Amino acid sequence: MDNRQKEINNYKDYKYGFSTDIENIQAPKGLNENVIKFISNIKKEPEWMLEFRLKAFERFKVLKEPDWQKPKFPKIDYQDLYYYSAPKSMKDKPKSLDELDPKLLETYKKLGIPLQEQARLNGIAVDAVFDSVSVATTFKDELTKQGIIFCPISEAIQNHPELVKKYLGSVIPTSDHFFATLNSAVFTDGSFVYIPEGVRCPMELSTYFRINASNTGQFERTLIIADKGSYVSYLEGCTAPMRDENQLHAANVELVALDDAEIKYSTVQNWYPGDKDGKGGIYNFVTKRGLCKGKNSKISWTQVETGSAITWKYPSCILKGDNSVGEFYSIAITNNHQKADTGTKMIHLGKNTKSKIISKGISAGSSDMTYRGLVDISSKAKNSTNYTQCDSLLMGNKCGAHTVPYIKNKNSESNIAHEATTSKISEEQLHYCQQRGLNPEEAVGLIVNGFCKEVLQQLPMEFAVEAQKLVGISLEGSVG
Amino acid sequence: MKEQLQKDFDKSIKNLSLSQKDIEIKKFCLDNFIDKGFPNKKEEDWKFSDLNQIIKNNIGELSFYNDQTSTNKVDTSVFVDGLEHNKIVFINGRIEKIDFEYEKKDQIEIIDESETINEFENSNSLSDLNNAFTNKCFKILVKKGYQLVKPLIIYHTTNSKIWSKNINLRLNFELDKESSLRLIDLFNDTSEKNFLNIFYNFELKENSVLKNYKVDKFENKNIKYSFNNIDQDKNSVSETFFLSSGSNFSKNEINCNLKGVYASAFVNGVFSLNNDKHHEIRSVINHLTENTKSYQLIKSVLDENSKAVYQGKIFVNSNAQKTDGYQLSKAILLNKESEFNAKPELEIYADDVKCSHGSASGSLNEDSIFYLMSRGLSYQQSIDLLINGFLLDVVEKITDSEIKNLIKNMIGIRE
Repeated sequence: MDNRQKEINNYKDYKYGFSTDIENIQAPKGLNENVIKFISNIKKEPEWMLEFRLKAFERFKVLKEPDWQKPKFPKIDYQDLYYYSAPKSMKDKPKSLDELDPKLLETYKKLGIPLQEQARLNGIAVDAVFDSVSVATTFKDELTKQGIIFCPISEAIQNHPELVKKYLGSVIPTSDHFFATLNSAVFTDGSFVYIPEGVRCPMELSTYFRINASNTGQFERTLIIADKGSYVSYLEGCTAPMRDENQLHAANVELVALDDAEIKYSTVQNWYPGDKDGKGGIYNFVTKRGLCKGKNSKISWTQVETGSAITWKYPSCILKGDNSVGEFYSIAITNNHQKADTGTKMIHLGKNTKSKIISKGISAGSSDMTYRGLVDISSKAKNSTNYTQCDSLLMGNKCGAHTVPYIKNKNSESNIAHEATTSKISEEQLHYCQQRGLNPEEAVGLIVNGFCKEVLQQLPMEFAVEAQKLVGISLEGSVG
Repeated sequence: MKEQLQKDFDKSIKNLSLSQKDIEIKKFCLDNFIDKGFPNKKEEDWKFSDLNQIIKNNIGELSFYNDQTSTNKVDTSVFVDGLEHNKIVFINGRIEKIDFEYEKKDQIEIIDESETINEFENSNSLSDLNNAFTNKCFKILVKKGYQLVKPLIIYHTTNSKIWSKNINLRLNFELDKESSLRLIDLFNDTSEKNFLNIFYNFELKENSVLKNYKVDKFENKNIKYSFNNIDQDKNSVSETFFLSSGSNFSKNEINCNLKGVYASAFVNGVFSLNNDKHHEIRSVINHLTENTKSYQLIKSVLDENSKAVYQGKIFVNSNAQKTDGYQLSKAILLNKESEFNAKPELEIYADDVKCSHGSASGSLNEDSIFYLMSRGLSYQQSIDLLINGFLLDVVEKITDSEIKNLIKNMIGIRE
């Protein structure tokens, strides 16, 4: 353990940069029908699930990797990846936390994730996904009492096939874009949440994702269904060890909100961003989409993106139900050689639908930040409104900040307003803070936190504190 | 279409006395165009329109050969009254008249540049088409320190002699140090179903001033594409104004390179559309050095099934510190079927800049209408007054008072 500790000290800047020596079971390298059958088989999936995967794979074969994005990356060899990796001890799933591999628990302890029972104080139910499998879910009993289902999606496929069958692929179909289709074919695990009619979920639900094994792609799939009149707040956190090669993370997240339901989805994404010279790091190509299916439903995305070598994702809302509301709050911070191309899509289909987009981008070092968004008000979406604000902050003249909004208005009774600014931290602000005794780095941290406040406010308490610290850490070394 | 292009190309080459080398260059451009075809939605800059489809729907079969051996009679009735001006007259794409009667003859030079081809950044396959088929290209050089006394109006006239034709034309302008030019492009079409493809190249030297007003006001069933490339040196100023209203389809593109310090570019535009029309403006302003400035304001009033698109981009190079870039697009949708799409884009690599954009679209404010009606105006009068005020804002940005009045009269805007 001493050596490992030393290693960690070497890489102080990314405190989650350790890997854990746990024996893994892996699928054969490469992507083909046999691997998909292997995954399906090891998960003991029913026939319809395998069909779902194979259908997606058929489609995947004819799709081409998209190349319109701003951050370019070397071609990924999809045959050179492991599509399934699981801790060996998980083969026979432990019944309780005590049976978990102590090393796993140690890993989560390092991550600061409260899996143990004393975590009750925190009041957060956690589902932890290690490489490809969900390893532990806490607070199950309490949730079950209310009829809430919160479990790994592989379990849900076994125990609640009627729900999974009905909603899986209903927001992100198997015929979607390249990475989403890849996920549909090979997804391994993820969280499943169902909130029954009229229930307000009593605690925050949370998932921690961790990529541990090398050369593995992580493909998790999350499905959240909020039935009529229910409410849920869901948190997601991610970390990965430091490795020289790039790793692929292509997850799919589907949200469905029925009549009067509300889903709040918060992400603090802190995958390994690569070292100072841009070596290594995670490719975070995630598809997140929410469907406001019912009347008066609401979906709210909040994201703090500080990690990953390349972040490429657009959490979207399809506002199908009348009077539905979509919100998107985002902070994206890039430093060193990180690249981010992120934003949202708000598709207004129902009447009186409203959407709000607040995006704050900060780029430092030699990084590149792009906000790319779509607001589309269809001809039937009478009386809809959208408000978009995207601000960028630049630090240094080697970085870039870009704004690429697409605004489509096909309805004369609807209003769209869009604003964007790009600026830097003014000398006066810095001077003022330093005069009061802050050092330059603290001053920048304070100003940036103020710049991001609108978004940080949207995060649940526990996360807000973490996110605020993260904002400071991510920008270390970018001043002066 | 390929055979048609080849056949028409051979025909037009025959009528021109070109050197072997020129023919080869033109042939090369033609092959390029055949290879790429008309721009379509797969290209980012044409995201909202498929030119192939538009040509098919509005024109049908397009032919590219233009018989330019015989002269056309210049119809003086189209000339603007009450404003003394110099003239260049294009009829059906053929230059019929160049007249700088109000200017000192030795200060303006007209150079035949038919042999050169233009290559622009941020352009598309239409520049290849243009290069392959234009037969004459002139460069108008305004000499050092000379400021034209009267504005120059370029009349783009088409008459009913042509049908389903592609007309390509090209002009180059060079404004030497301390010179200035006011230029109005006036479109006047009595023809139908033609496709005009126009490329202008402007070279602005130190301290020169260019004002370009493109007026497409009169109802017609043609489709138009126009590309302005402007290269700006130190302390030069360019002002571009679009009135986009008359044609069935029109796309105005402007690519402006601010290469010298303190150079500034202003782009203003009005879309006033009805009747299934589809118009676009796309602007790219490249801030390539320090202390440059750009300002863009586009306003649209859309009625009856019409569609307007504004794609604006501000690019700031990493050494273009102290850049000031601004972009605003506003649209009023009067009819349920009308549509406004915008893509205001910022691409910034320098940190000490002030760049912002805004975009808003929606219906007329009910409260404003109510207010005016409570003062005794009818519903229609109130709407007209509000639209008048909405558009006046852009027209007021025109810095030349003579031309401002001319354009105000054309749109029917009161103060």
